[in-house]
Amino acid sequence: MRSFGTPEFLFMLQAARWTVILSLIAYLGGGALGAVLAFMRVSGNRFASGFARVWILLFQCTPLLMLLFLVFFGLALTGYGQNAYVAVTVALSCYAGAYFGEIWRGALEAVPQGQWQASAALGFSRYEQFRHVIVPQSVRIAIPPTVGFMVQVIKNTSLASIIGFQELTQAAQFVNNLTFQPISVYLVAAAVYFILCFPLTLLSRRLEKKLHVDRPSPVAA
Amino acid sequence: MSIVQVQSLHKRYGAQTVLDGVSLDVAAGEVVAIIGRSGSGKSTLLRCINGLETIDGGSITVAGHVVSRAPKVLRALRQDVGMVFQSFNLFPHLTARENVALPQTVVLGRGKAEAQAAAQALLERVGLAPRAEAYPSALSGGQQQRVAIARALGLEPKVLLCDEITSALDPEMVGEVLEVVQDLAARSMTMLLVTHEMSFARRAASRVVFMHAGRVHEEGTPAEIFERPRTPELVQFVRAISIRD
Repeated sequence: MRSFGTPEFLFMLQAARWTVILSLIAYLGGGALGAVLAFMRVSGNRFASGFARVWILLFQCTPLLMLLFLVFFGLALTGYGQNAYVAVTVALSCYAGAYFGEIWRGALEAVPQGQWQASAALGFSRYEQFRHVIVPQSVRIAIPPTVGFMVQVIKNTSLASIIGFQELTQAAQFVNNLTFQPISVYLVAAAVYFILCFPLTLLSRRLEKKLHVDRPSPVAA
Repeated sequence: MSIVQVQSLHKRYGAQTVLDGVSLDVAAGEVVAIIGRSGSGKSTLLRCINGLETIDGGSITVAGHVVSRAPKVLRALRQDVGMVFQSFNLFPHLTARENVALPQTVVLGRGKAEAQAAAQALLERVGLAPRAEAYPSALSGGQQQRVAIARALGLEPKVLLCDEITSALDPEMVGEVLEVVQDLAARSMTMLLVTHEMSFARRAASRVVFMHAGRVHEEGTPAEIFERPRTPELVQFVRAISIRD
């Protein structure tokens, strides 16, 4: 039996690369989709809003694991072959998009009605209201839940191992099977996850501080 | 020639009639105070005049714009009609100066430097030049309301609508806002002031309109309205607010 040493550790680090790549796919695809969904929800257009609502409900209520299976095998059935990259991109984007969309919708709607009225009374178009008044204020509101979900995504990318991606969790299982040192192996895996997630949390705090200029500091209040 | 013409305006919310045939003409340079009980339609009337509310009948013409829902009309209308709200509604993510400058860059297409300079001048005019860099949360209610007035003035409106702009203020701050309004009146800004405060109406207005049940019930000079009310509804209203004052 092998013991848990440097080569095994490096192997896990290499696999962590996939964890990062899969997360980035979810952020980019899901972010773009989420932005579109959020604006559809608050557009005031009944069809756009309804469509986005159903989309969000559907994908929030479907386990990511099912989604990965469905897209992976669904693609094969429709004749596009078993392309794990396409499958994982589609599934992660749909999944993350639904959550981002809902988080950002909430943030947009949290901006008080008076802000809409004031900017309308000043002659702003709907686009200008979003661009200069509503979005800048909702970004601030959205940061903590957005980062919270981004951390969730990092951890959930482990599910992609089911369609063949050897990311961190999968690699840890593999190494454990070889070495049978579960405590060391999984502690290392956990540490790597922590190192990936922690900077996000730090960034979130810094952004929040930076964007909270409009609130009096607790000392002054 | 009147700058604001409201003709038999009707407005309903569902089954409830809020404005039941309001007609009102305001001449350029006039300061009209609109008084009446809560629910008499005062604020709704103001909101119809700058297109924040749809109307169900009648017509409104302001500075040559026939009020409609068309985005082009609304934009042109709102450049000529400023509005100040009870709850200030400053943009909390921008400083006082940025609040005043933003509409100028967005709506008038002014350059940033020009808008900032104009904003600074307007803040000076409302006595807030030293607070230009402050965020709204660091300003008192009276200061916020003065910034809101400066913001509305930035678009160089021909008419200013003030919707209970002193109602959310602590009593000691009413004076500073009132001073700004009086200064504007002295510069012949046309203003419509919805207010609960008789002293405000008395000091600032050249004409007072009493609204009741969605109509203009009685109108006249402040002296006529407050000292010699004719209709029983106005007599009762004046008595009620006198006791409160």
